[in-house]
Amino acid sequence: MNTVELVIIGGGSAGMAAACGAYEAGVRDILILERDKELGGILLQCIHNGFGLHYYKEELSGPEYAERWEKKIEEYGIAYRLDTMVLDITADKVITYTNTVEGYTKVRAKAIVLAMGCRERTRGAIHIPGFRPAGVWTAGTAQRYLNMEGYLVGRRIFILGSGDIGLIMARRMTLEGAEVLGVAEIMPYSNGLPRNIQQCLRDFEIPLYLSHTVTNVFGKDRVSGIEISQVNQKFEPIAGTEKRFDCDTLLLSVGLIPETQLGQNAGVLLSPKTKGALVNDINETETEGIFSCGNVLHVHDVVDFVSEEGLHTGKNAAAYLQNKLMRAEEANVSAGAGIGYVLPQRVRKTLAEAVTFSFRVTDVKKNAELLVKVDGKVVKSVKKRQMIPAEMERITLKAEELNDLQSELVLEIRED
Amino acid sequence: MEKKFICIVCPMGCELTAETDKQGNLTAVAGNRCKRGESYAEQECKTPMRMLTSTVRIEKALYQRLPVITSASIPKDMIFQVMSEIDRVKIEAPVELRQIIIKNVCGLSADIIASRSMAEVHQ
Repeated sequence: MNTVELVIIGGGSAGMAAACGAYEAGVRDILILERDKELGGILLQCIHNGFGLHYYKEELSGPEYAERWEKKIEEYGIAYRLDTMVLDITADKVITYTNTVEGYTKVRAKAIVLAMGCRERTRGAIHIPGFRPAGVWTAGTAQRYLNMEGYLVGRRIFILGSGDIGLIMARRMTLEGAEVLGVAEIMPYSNGLPRNIQQCLRDFEIPLYLSHTVTNVFGKDRVSGIEISQVNQKFEPIAGTEKRFDCDTLLLSVGLIPETQLGQNAGVLLSPKTKGALVNDINETETEGIFSCGNVLHVHDVVDFVSEEGLHTGKNAAAYLQNKLMRAEEANVSAGAGIGYVLPQRVRKTLAEAVTFSFRVTDVKKNAELLVKVDGKVVKSVKKRQMIPAEMERITLKAEELNDLQSELVLEIRED
Repeated sequence: MEKKFICIVCPMGCELTAETDKQGNLTAVAGNRCKRGESYAEQECKTPMRMLTSTVRIEKALYQRLPVITSASIPKDMIFQVMSEIDRVKIEAPVELRQIIIKNVCGLSADIIASRSMAEVHQ
């Protein structure tokens, strides 16, 4: 069995950045395993622009953003396998994969970065009643068909879920001649970025039904219509509020889940909140030498932060391989009032470097204060005009702000 | 007149309130957290401009579609006309990143350019 220093599972934005981070820190024996026909991951079907504003200070399309990283991988001469499916990872870091060139292959890694991204929640995940006709798609699948394969999956479309992919697809299908009748969102607020509400819905006068969900699907062979209803505060449909739309397609943009199956086989422990791995401040999972970054760790809304996280993870995987990693006792990081989740879940004590924490709020917060408590004492507070669950927030703490950390760091929201 | 819209310049998504005079010129703007929001509001009140992304048919490539983007923003009300120009195009790989696919589309002083490179694939 071959041994490789660092194997990266997934060649999307997280995997490519992790590879670059490790390479720049001196690791040369790197292998990226990618199941698609090219490196780039989901960015390749995200043909809209808006990527790279933080990282490159310019606005790029998804494919161009991916191409920049792919060029770096080529320039560094980092090895990768395409059309390659990883079947298993063990806790002692033996990876089994298969492709048409090497067949069924095992490779031993000294360190692994999990960068498999996420997948879409389906109709089954949200239990929509009604018939089971053709014409119900996840928005991302419809996006790949349209933008890469060249198929428009329907002519009269209704979209459930106001996540960014749903909004982007509402515009995209309108541009390609389909009629988008509306977008329903079960929450009282949109789950997409505000700019996408403007440029994808309002620009094309597509109605957004907040506090609504799909309560029936009609049609036996093909979708012939759907019914939406308003929901109450417990998200239960309110009788008498039904509206029917005649359409041939229902797109679902109802959330993303980290694709963690492979990590679980290797004993990587998951957070019930993020559905991704539990990690410390260098994104190392509870299994030594197995790291995680990008959407398989927690679902991001901005790719630039995925790249940053990948670079950070790759750099630290390199330190691990080079025995340069500073090991220390770890303190817990937890989500207090108003915080949905915070990452990392553990942070090394007596750190000599700054740590960036990522978090999401539980619901819309206006004019609220973010408090950072170290062992019960507030060490930092930041006033925020608005925080919404659709936008991942970040806060960086300096090494000296973490000096006194003994057992627990808590992030919480104080509202007036 | 008062107009409310969301700034699309960056993912922050500031909710802007713009005041305009009778000619539609911006007189005051509130809600923006940076300078770019101000110039965006001014443009949005005069002539709303958008970047447009789509795809064109491509042959001899790994996929059937090549993603394209406008080289500069175009007036919002020209989007569907530009889309019908884009629909007419069929090209062959190889294509370079930012290669011009349609020059000066609809006379708007913006080009339609490839938003990725695509190598030639021999089937």
